[in-house]
Amino acid sequence: MTRFILPLVIFLVLAGFLYKGLGLNPREVPSPFIDKPAPVFNLVELEDPSKSFTPADMKGKVWLFNLWASWCVSCREEHPLLLDLARQNIVPIVGLDYKDKRADAESLLARVGNPYLLNVFDAEGRIGIDYGVTGVPETFVIDKQGIIRYKQIGPVTAQNLREKILPLVAELQKK
Amino acid sequence: MKKLLILLFCLLPVFAHAGEAKDLAEDPVLEKRMVGLAENLRCLVCQNESLASSHAELAEDLRREVREQMNKGKSDQEIIDYLVARYGDFVLYQPPMKSYTILLWFGPFVLLLAGAGMLFFQLRKRRQTVAESELSPEAQQRAAALLNEEDNK
Repeated sequence: MTRFILPLVIFLVLAGFLYKGLGLNPREVPSPFIDKPAPVFNLVELEDPSKSFTPADMKGKVWLFNLWASWCVSCREEHPLLLDLARQNIVPIVGLDYKDKRADAESLLARVGNPYLLNVFDAEGRIGIDYGVTGVPETFVIDKQGIIRYKQIGPVTAQNLREKILPLVAELQKK
Repeated sequence: MKKLLILLFCLLPVFAHAGEAKDLAEDPVLEKRMVGLAENLRCLVCQNESLASSHAELAEDLRREVREQMNKGKSDQEIIDYLVARYGDFVLYQPPMKSYTILLWFGPFVLLLAGAGMLFFQLRKRRQTVAESELSPEAQQRAAALLNEEDNK
C-alpha cells in the first residue's frame, strides 16, 4: 500500500508548490529597503525648478512617495485612487516624475488632476535607481522618522490600499 | 529586367545593417569589464535576461551606472554591493549562501542522497526475496510429485 501512497503524497506536495508558484507575482521582489532610511536626495521640483525638495523636509510626517511618469500606462490606473486619497486628506503624497519630459508631465497633471503635495523631477532616473526602482509606478510608505515601511511595486489598487497601505499609515501616524 | 531586379535584391542585405549598439563606451577595456560583471547580474525588468544582454531602459541606465562607478575606480565587489543594496540579492544570478538559501543550495544533494538511499534499500530487499524464492512452493510440490511418481513405479 505504501508503494502507492508515498508517490501520491510526493506528487501532491509538488503539485501544491507548483500551484502556489503559479499565483505568485514574479515582479514582487523582496525589497531591501523595508525598515531602512529612505535614500537621501535633493532634486528640483517639477512645478517650480527654482525650488528643491529632500526627504528630510517631510520629517515628522507619514507620507507616500510615488514614482510615476507621464508615459507610464499603469500609472493612469492608480491615478484616481491617489486623487481620492488627496481629496480625503489622509496622507500627503510626494511624486517623483521618473525619466520624463517636464512639459508632458505638467500637461498630464493639468488634464487628469494633481494628487501630489509636490513633485520632484528625475529626468535621468538616477534617484529611481537609488530607490531600487524596476519600473513605474512604485509607491513607498515612509514614516515620521524617514524610514521606509512598505513598498508597492506596480499600481496601487483599491484592495491593497484598503488592506495594507491605509492601515499601515494610520498605525504609523499614531506613533 | 528581371535579372537586374534579382541582382538588386541580392544586394539589399549589404545596405540593411542594424544600427550600432548605442552604449559602447569609448574605453573598450572598461566596456569589457562592465560586460563581464553585468553578465552575472540580472536585469530587473526582463527577469531572465542578464544586465549585459538586456535592452530594457532600466538595464541601460544600470549599465551606465556601473560604467561610471568603474570610471571612478570602484572595485567589482563595491559595485555589486551597491546594486544589492538597491535591488536585493535578486539582482545576483548566483544567490549568496545564507540561512534562507540553504535549501536552495543543498536541497538537490539532499534529494540525491534520499534517492540513493531508497535505491539501496530497494535493491537489498529485492536480493533477499530473490534468494528466498530460489525454489518456490509450487516448484517444490512439483518436484516432490515427480519424485513420488518415480517411487511408485
